[in-house]
Amino acid sequence: MEQNIFTSILFATIIAGTPLIIVALGQLIAEKSGVLNLGAEGMMAMGAIAGFAVTFHTGNPWLGCIAAMFAGAALSLIFAFLSITLLANQVATGLALAIFGVGLSAFVGKPYESETLPAVAPLRIPYFADIPFIGEALYNQQFIVYISWGIFWGILWFLYKSRSGLILRSIGESPSVAHAIGYSVTRYRYFAVLFGGAMAGLGGAFLSIFHTPLWSEGMISGKGWIAIALVVFATWRPFRVMVGAYLFGGVMIAQLFLQGSGLEIDLPSQLLSALPYLATIIVLVIISRNPLSIRLHSPASLGKPYRPDA
Amino acid sequence: MNTMASLPSPLLELKGMRKVYQSVVANDHIDLCVLPGEIHAVLGENGAGKSTLMKIIYGVTQPTAGKLFWQGYEIKVASPAQARKLGIGMIFQHFSLFETLNVVENVALGLDHPPKLKQLAQEIIEISNRYELPIDPFRSVHTLSVGEMQRVEIIRCLLQKPKLLIMDEPTSVLSPSAVRKLFETLRQFAAEGCSILYISHKLDEIQALCHTATVLRSGKVVGNCIPANETPQSMARMMIGKDLTAYKHHAFAPGETLLQLKGLSCKTKDPFGIDLNNIHLAVRAGEILGIAGISGNGQKELLYAISGEELVSKPDAIQICGVSVGKINPRGRRHLGLCFVPEERLGRGAVPQMSLEDNALMTMIKPAVVEYGMIQYTKVNAYASACIQKFDVKCSGPQAQAQSLSGGNLQKYIVGREIMQDPKVIVLAQPTWGVDIGAALFIRQALLELSNKGVAILVISEEIDELFEISDRIVVMSDGKLSPAKLTQETNVEEIGVWMSGMWPEAEQITALPAT
Amino acid sequence: MMLKFEKRPVASEAMRYISPLLSIIMTLVCGFILFGFLGKDPIKGFEIFFLNPLKTSYGISELFLKATPLILIATGLSIGFRANVWNIGAEGQFILGAIAATGVAIHFDYHPRMLLLTEMMIAGMVGGMLWAGITAFLRTRFNTNEILVSLMLVYVAQYLAEWFVHGPWKDPDGFGFPQTVIFSDNALLPIFFDGLRVNLSLLAALFFLVLAYFFIFKSFAGFKMLVSGYAKAAARYAGFSINQSIWLGLLAGGALAGVAGMTEVSGPAGQLTAHISNGYGFAAIIVAYVGRLHPVGIFFSGLLMALLYLGGEQAQYYLNLPSSIGRVFQGMLLFFLLGLDILVQYRIRFTGLTRKEA
Repeated sequence: MEQNIFTSILFATIIAGTPLIIVALGQLIAEKSGVLNLGAEGMMAMGAIAGFAVTFHTGNPWLGCIAAMFAGAALSLIFAFLSITLLANQVATGLALAIFGVGLSAFVGKPYESETLPAVAPLRIPYFADIPFIGEALYNQQFIVYISWGIFWGILWFLYKSRSGLILRSIGESPSVAHAIGYSVTRYRYFAVLFGGAMAGLGGAFLSIFHTPLWSEGMISGKGWIAIALVVFATWRPFRVMVGAYLFGGVMIAQLFLQGSGLEIDLPSQLLSALPYLATIIVLVIISRNPLSIRLHSPASLGKPYRPDA
Repeated sequence: MNTMASLPSPLLELKGMRKVYQSVVANDHIDLCVLPGEIHAVLGENGAGKSTLMKIIYGVTQPTAGKLFWQGYEIKVASPAQARKLGIGMIFQHFSLFETLNVVENVALGLDHPPKLKQLAQEIIEISNRYELPIDPFRSVHTLSVGEMQRVEIIRCLLQKPKLLIMDEPTSVLSPSAVRKLFETLRQFAAEGCSILYISHKLDEIQALCHTATVLRSGKVVGNCIPANETPQSMARMMIGKDLTAYKHHAFAPGETLLQLKGLSCKTKDPFGIDLNNIHLAVRAGEILGIAGISGNGQKELLYAISGEELVSKPDAIQICGVSVGKINPRGRRHLGLCFVPEERLGRGAVPQMSLEDNALMTMIKPAVVEYGMIQYTKVNAYASACIQKFDVKCSGPQAQAQSLSGGNLQKYIVGREIMQDPKVIVLAQPTWGVDIGAALFIRQALLELSNKGVAILVISEEIDELFEISDRIVVMSDGKLSPAKLTQETNVEEIGVWMSGMWPEAEQITALPAT
Repeated sequence: MMLKFEKRPVASEAMRYISPLLSIIMTLVCGFILFGFLGKDPIKGFEIFFLNPLKTSYGISELFLKATPLILIATGLSIGFRANVWNIGAEGQFILGAIAATGVAIHFDYHPRMLLLTEMMIAGMVGGMLWAGITAFLRTRFNTNEILVSLMLVYVAQYLAEWFVHGPWKDPDGFGFPQTVIFSDNALLPIFFDGLRVNLSLLAALFFLVLAYFFIFKSFAGFKMLVSGYAKAAARYAGFSINQSIWLGLLAGGALAGVAGMTEVSGPAGQLTAHISNGYGFAAIIVAYVGRLHPVGIFFSGLLMALLYLGGEQAQYYLNLPSSIGRVFQGMLLFFLLGLDILVQYRIRFTGLTRKEA
């Protein structure tokens, strides 16, 4: 395969995978604390429109990103309040958030539907970008791609090297025991959920500010759900989330891949578009077949509301 | 309290402790006094208020009223962290450990300002050597045995150099030899000046270990005593308030074998479970067979296999009234005359949010209440009402939600609804666990009467005393294997205790055992 | 003064009925505030959104017309939800039902009307059940989470519908628009009154509601599913097959979603288009929940949800607000219900105000 084609496919894969990484890592933290927030799709949608709108009005994409994180976190606050404080069923509340978030974003985003944003220049890292084959693909990216890598390392350190991360994991494993020892389950879960919301918002903003700098209703088209599936596929381990996100990114740009490989395959475009979703199903089936792996790595209290009794 | 005037000042003193949960008074005007270096028992049966009192001392919950004095100063223990700072350590009944984390991580979580993990591991090894509590700091907790888990809990407390150690029912999961080892360790702590609050309902242990005892009943202090000067009967009388009535025993004239296990082996699907290994067992009509052993030796898996919740590969490994049932599900086995009462009341034996009526419907085979797929609710209601009446279940009626009943009453209902199915074989796991003494006696008496009617009864229990009270024969379960059976009157607690570590003679032929 | 939640000794039955009503009231109040926030006269906004659709007989007919697929889908979903089977992919099953019914409509339109409609309904059911069956199979055989699988299948279903209307079934006279031929009258559901679009599907919805009632509350199969939903270990102990519950729950949801899909293409749409589903599958989840998974509740909450849809359209027309405001209200309604539900099991207590215990 020609170097240019390979590089551009790798480039596109990274871009496609980046929002998934950001959202999935945020979900990972929330789920490690034992909370299952299915509202990622809604939070991404709100992040996308908030980011788009703020960037549109201020001309500053970074302000847009910050606004998106706030939007995502604000939405997740509703979820946290309902499911942690009011002990509502986490699955139903997450679904409500997904529906509400997408609907609200459609409502708020109506006036912006025909607008576009100026493209943001990528940040080229010298020396690294000159590496043949992979240099241009990895190191001539949007700044936010590098941030996604930073988030990955940060989360790795947090979960496995810091005390707070240890406490978080213990809360996800057994909130009643953590409470008996004296840790505030509520506080940690709120923070974890808010972090997940902020990340979901940021992931959505990536799509509307950097990826295709426009807004349209339904532009998230299931990426929030795929990110959730990604966490399961990665059995709640950050490195596997990264790998999985880029794999899915690759599947998403399958059309590009097929053209570039020079193979003359005539597949209906709808099938290619459906590939990421089919791939998600297949991957979930494979990973669910091993219950031991799931038991050892999934937070045991995931999805169950914690009722403080004293 | 007056006799202590000349002794050193108390380490911990509670005056007038009171805790009210909505309409339930868990603790009522409790006074308690613990001296330094003293092993002080808090004695009482289930529901007496012991756990609540400990939660107050450890700061998990706040009292409604009352004063707490630590080393002479009045204080409020606002949180477990503060309790630890004061020098109070707590070892919970159902260990406060995180199974997927390793020992060092677990210990670190129980400390407030732990050192780096490598250094912590060193400290753990030092303490484990000093008190002879061997443990490998980097093992995952889920791979530890129950005794080892308790060691982790103890080491965690010791690292904080406690002045007071609270132990909540520490021996319920230990074999007799492990209990002896634990007592040696506790005596060593006491000799070094650490006080111990020992919560238990096991009278013989308290006699063996504790210097003083405070007896609780229904949330109040009903007396103090020095266990060495008492007998188990006198302490029981203080605990219960009246003399235990002896059981009406039954005539032991066993009939044909109704439940037979032959070469039952089963690989468990639970990553933390135990495999069953070549189990042979025969329970005959009119006899009560008890399976002794500490939880976690395969009892759970054995019950799953017998009940049909887990199917086995060889259909004839399990036979009920001569029929091979290995591949038949629980409902099918009920049709053949099997009934069973599981260990978990809420969530398995009964659905907490459903009414008692619906909970009866769940396991009813007779009388037939389903016609053309539709439920005849009046018949179900009549059944449930009869059960409530016959088994003295205190509740608001058949429509009461299962979770609104007390543990003892719900257990009576579940046992009752199974007995009313007129079974040929009935299997019960931990039938009186967490149940008040009145209900426990009721249930045991009901089982004795049932055996008189020719029903084969299998009881799995952690309480050796209970098994010695009601069973005709006893076997021991250890690590997924079953010992030979012995007539109860031909053995004793010590021998069973030895067998619980798996050390039973293999080829011994026991009298009165039918050919298997 | 602190707000504390105290567990009730017995769950409050009254609260179970009050909380949906309370959440409706709170949504209305929020709507009021929202209109004001958006710079519209709140009272006028309220009237246009909530009352306009009810003012004409055409409006009432539209209300029932829109409520019908919601009620159908929600009825099917409620059977599954009660068994803790989370069928989130009703949207996809709806589409498959529509596709199947369309296939029959296009190829057999020479059949007599009632026969054709019956065949279409059966096709719709089968289509929806097949799609839901994939999820059921993966869940029972491979323990794959049914939420994610059924949801992914929604997107696949959408692309499938797109393929049909762009490819094999494209209307040759349709100017290239992604749609099939318009069904002949033979394949359309008969309407009740001239000029009003409400049709026979309403009777179908009522029929299935009654069927569901008997299944859920009187049948042993329904009881078994209820136990499976409440406590898996108890269902195992009772010998009730969890797998059976999963299959039944998903197939019921799929079948009725498929019927709803059929009523859409043979009703107001009159053809299959790429965007046939319009979010009904998701809105039905809210309908089921607000209706407390009870057939009577579902009937009323279906009407309410339809009102919110119509209100959105009215708001677009008269208030110059995007029609998606209807979806905002739908989400709000569910949030309030979920939040108020805690009052069924817990009481609110204000501590620090009075000193009750000594």
